[in-house]
Amino acid sequence: MLEQVWVIPLVPAISFFLILFVGKHLPRKGAEIGVVAVGASLVLSLVTAAQWIHRTNEARDAVDGGGHAAGFLGAVLAGAEYAVVEPVVRTVTWWQSGGEVIEAGTLLDGLSAMMIVVVTLVSFLVHLYSVSYMEGDRRFTHFFAALSLFTASMLLLVLSNNLLQLLVGWELVGLCSFMLIGHWWEEKPNSDAALKAFLTTRTGDIGLLVGIAVIFFGAGRTFDILEINQAALGGGVSDLVLLVAASCLLLGVIGKSGQFPLHTWLPDAMAGPTPVSALIHAATMVVAGVFLVARLYPVFWEGFDIAAGGLNPMALVGGITVVIAAVLAFVQNDIKKVLAYSTISQLGYMVMGLGVGAWVAAVFHLFTHAFFKALLFLGSGSVSHAVHSFDMKSDMGGLREHMPHTYRTFLIGSLALAGIFPLAGFWSKDEILLGAGANGYEAFMVVGLIGGALTAAYMTRCVYLTFFGEYRGHGHPHESPALITGPLWVLAGLAVVAGFLNAVPFGIHLFTDWVEPTFAFPPVAHPEFSVPLAVVATLLALAGIGAGAGYYFRNLGPHGLTERNVWARRGHTLLWNRYYLDHLYTGVIVGSIKGPVARAANWVNQRVIDGVVNAAGVGSRQAGQWVYDKIDQRVVDGIVNGSATGAGETGGFLRRMQTGRVQNYGALLFGATAVLGLTLVILI
Amino acid sequence: MLLNQFLILAAVLFCIGVYGVLARRNGVLVLMSIELILNAVIINLIAFGAMLGGESAVVASVFALFVIAVAAAEVGVGLAIVLMLYRNRQSIDVSDVDLMRG
Amino acid sequence: MVAQNVAFGILAAAMVIAALRVVTTQNVVHAALYLVVVLAGAAGLFVLLAAEFMAVVQVIVYIGAIVVLFLFGIMLTRARMGKEAGLDNEQRGLSLAVALLLLGVLAFVLVDAFSDTRVEPTTIVRTGDVGIRIFETYMLQFQAVGFLLLATLVGAIVLARRD
Repeated sequence: MLEQVWVIPLVPAISFFLILFVGKHLPRKGAEIGVVAVGASLVLSLVTAAQWIHRTNEARDAVDGGGHAAGFLGAVLAGAEYAVVEPVVRTVTWWQSGGEVIEAGTLLDGLSAMMIVVVTLVSFLVHLYSVSYMEGDRRFTHFFAALSLFTASMLLLVLSNNLLQLLVGWELVGLCSFMLIGHWWEEKPNSDAALKAFLTTRTGDIGLLVGIAVIFFGAGRTFDILEINQAALGGGVSDLVLLVAASCLLLGVIGKSGQFPLHTWLPDAMAGPTPVSALIHAATMVVAGVFLVARLYPVFWEGFDIAAGGLNPMALVGGITVVIAAVLAFVQNDIKKVLAYSTISQLGYMVMGLGVGAWVAAVFHLFTHAFFKALLFLGSGSVSHAVHSFDMKSDMGGLREHMPHTYRTFLIGSLALAGIFPLAGFWSKDEILLGAGANGYEAFMVVGLIGGALTAAYMTRCVYLTFFGEYRGHGHPHESPALITGPLWVLAGLAVVAGFLNAVPFGIHLFTDWVEPTFAFPPVAHPEFSVPLAVVATLLALAGIGAGAGYYFRNLGPHGLTERNVWARRGHTLLWNRYYLDHLYTGVIVGSIKGPVARAANWVNQRVIDGVVNAAGVGSRQAGQWVYDKIDQRVVDGIVNGSATGAGETGGFLRRMQTGRVQNYGALLFGATAVLGLTLVILI
Repeated sequence: MLLNQFLILAAVLFCIGVYGVLARRNGVLVLMSIELILNAVIINLIAFGAMLGGESAVVASVFALFVIAVAAAEVGVGLAIVLMLYRNRQSIDVSDVDLMRG
Repeated sequence: MVAQNVAFGILAAAMVIAALRVVTTQNVVHAALYLVVVLAGAAGLFVLLAAEFMAVVQVIVYIGAIVVLFLFGIMLTRARMGKEAGLDNEQRGLSLAVALLLLGVLAFVLVDAFSDTRVEPTTIVRTGDVGIRIFETYMLQFQAVGFLLLATLVGAIVLARRD
């Protein structure tokens, strides 16, 4: 099976075409094809993962001289020497051009095995959920076709053995994201959100493209991931090239994984149907950036010199994202937006974890986060299914009694996200903090701890507003059908147990054994579990919950602070406007590019010329009555009128340049080119 | 023959094309001027190919062929746009299309 | 050698005059016909440069297909068949200046770089060689161009159909 993993993306890809062409004529409108295909992919992925585990165990047993029994417990080896487990690569020639042979293929190692299990599992559950959730939708068949295409593309991305194929998958998942955010495109905000998501991630993709090109030439004309990793570690590539490549790739990661400052698309992406948010914008697509970093870790490791400790761009981006997104989650009234900001914040943890050298921890967090965040999103979808709204303040509250299953699973998800022992989030987040502390990134450990407390507090607020208090909506909410609650319980179960795959204090590090590459991988540290840190983290999370609970449940604390205190109000306004980042992007940057000349001319008119005019006016007043007739009436007025006319004409002339006529612009373009050419000719 | 004979002729055609693109009102005439520009490029490619000789001459022909194919595609879409313009505005005057006026 | 230079002179003069007429004539149909002269002249140049295959392609694709497409475009947009006032816009002077400036720069650079480079076509480009190149070395690019033409087809239909 390890050689044949190409089948796994192929199945949903075929399903995409089947649904598209025959789906409408089937009794369940194509949903059955999607569910069966992704189910088949899931089974194949599980078989693949099992075989991979077997392979790692065998390799390890060989090192230990067969001292341990093969199988599940055989891998539980405290402090065993690490055996090299070679990834399984299979390639075919994709195309060749001008002597360059480009290969396509699959690369299966622990990381991709883990990813395909996560992708197919969450996708399968989302498919099941959507059968009920999307029932009666006007584009039900298209929805399932796009879900299938997404699953296929994501699997292609995580299994690819070269950067070019990875890029194809990367753009395909972006396309699916665009289609699914704009699923209900008849409403303007939805299609706007889809465009915004597409264009913002595309901004980052420029970096990705440049980065891939740099690395292609830097690593000796190859797209092969393992070769690149070996070249980066082997010192065959100069530090500067690696730094440039890593910085460019980081830009792609920032776009795709919603990191500061390009995170603004992710909350808007919540315009799509909720299952899409769970699958694409929480569990899988947005972690593509994190996956890319994990995949090319040697490049980032050497490029940013992660081993040195202290500070590096990746950790910085992640750390900033953790805190600012968590703070923003407090002022959202839309339950999905709370979860969206929470996702951004958690992605920040992952990027930060990779930035501080905690590879296993970050990837483990990716793994656990996929389950509990998908659970939370699907839970919010279940709630909105009942109350037909996403607004926590006006339409929810008191749903605890009406929707017991949703409530319980949502609570489990929230506790897992908050990092309460022994749920999944506790283990993975703790490891990131541990790694930050042990690798010389103490500041980021503190950032992570603060982020943890904030996470716990905003999730308390979210749970309170949704499930406690009085019901504020209309009608009689009722529990969702079994097709919706079933996936919720499965995910809730995973959110409870997934963390134990790497419960280091109990001597379990299965996840590390199975997933961490042993081939072409930098020497990352494996810090010992620290009880004080875990206690502090848990206490801070509990404090966060306590603060939230005190504020909302017991009505303690400074209620109405924003009405009374000007600074609190300003802070709230700043958060409410999302730090004005959207204003910055659309207003300042786009605006200044649109009309810099006109703006500059306007500024000159307003300040300089008016200033001259004003000064002249004031001066003439003071000169006295007797000059009034002679100077003021004639000279100054002349200047005033003259300068006003001049200003008007300058503005008019500059405005004339913005004619909107293509040929005017063309003349300027060609003329400027000619002048530029002339300059070069003269200079050289 | 001098290489420059061909290159300067191509440059002249190119500049005539640029003039046509900038100064013509009629959308179809603008497209024709673009064809002049593209032809100048093809002449350049073939002339350089003949100068280098050998395999390069063959490669130049291949490239020129691709340019012709792209030019055909460009005319197809360009004329479709002009047609669309005509249908919506009853005029193919490109100066009328100034929705982006500042 | 002399014969070639004479042929070049005739072709070049015809092409330049015809090209000038393309951008100055006040009759759209005439412009298309002058364009034919320019394109045919280019085909003649290709023969001079020993690229016969390209000459044939030039005649078939450009004169045979693209100019006919232009004529259809003229017909469908119902241009008057006679003289038409106002085929030029008001920025003729600016356009002329830009074009002359560009020509000056280009000519200077060319004279500077290739003033005595000679071109004596010794290799005859055979069609078979071109085919082998396209379908071996540049297969992918060929596929890409094919895809581009397909996309153009779809795009043109989407743009031009009435609905």
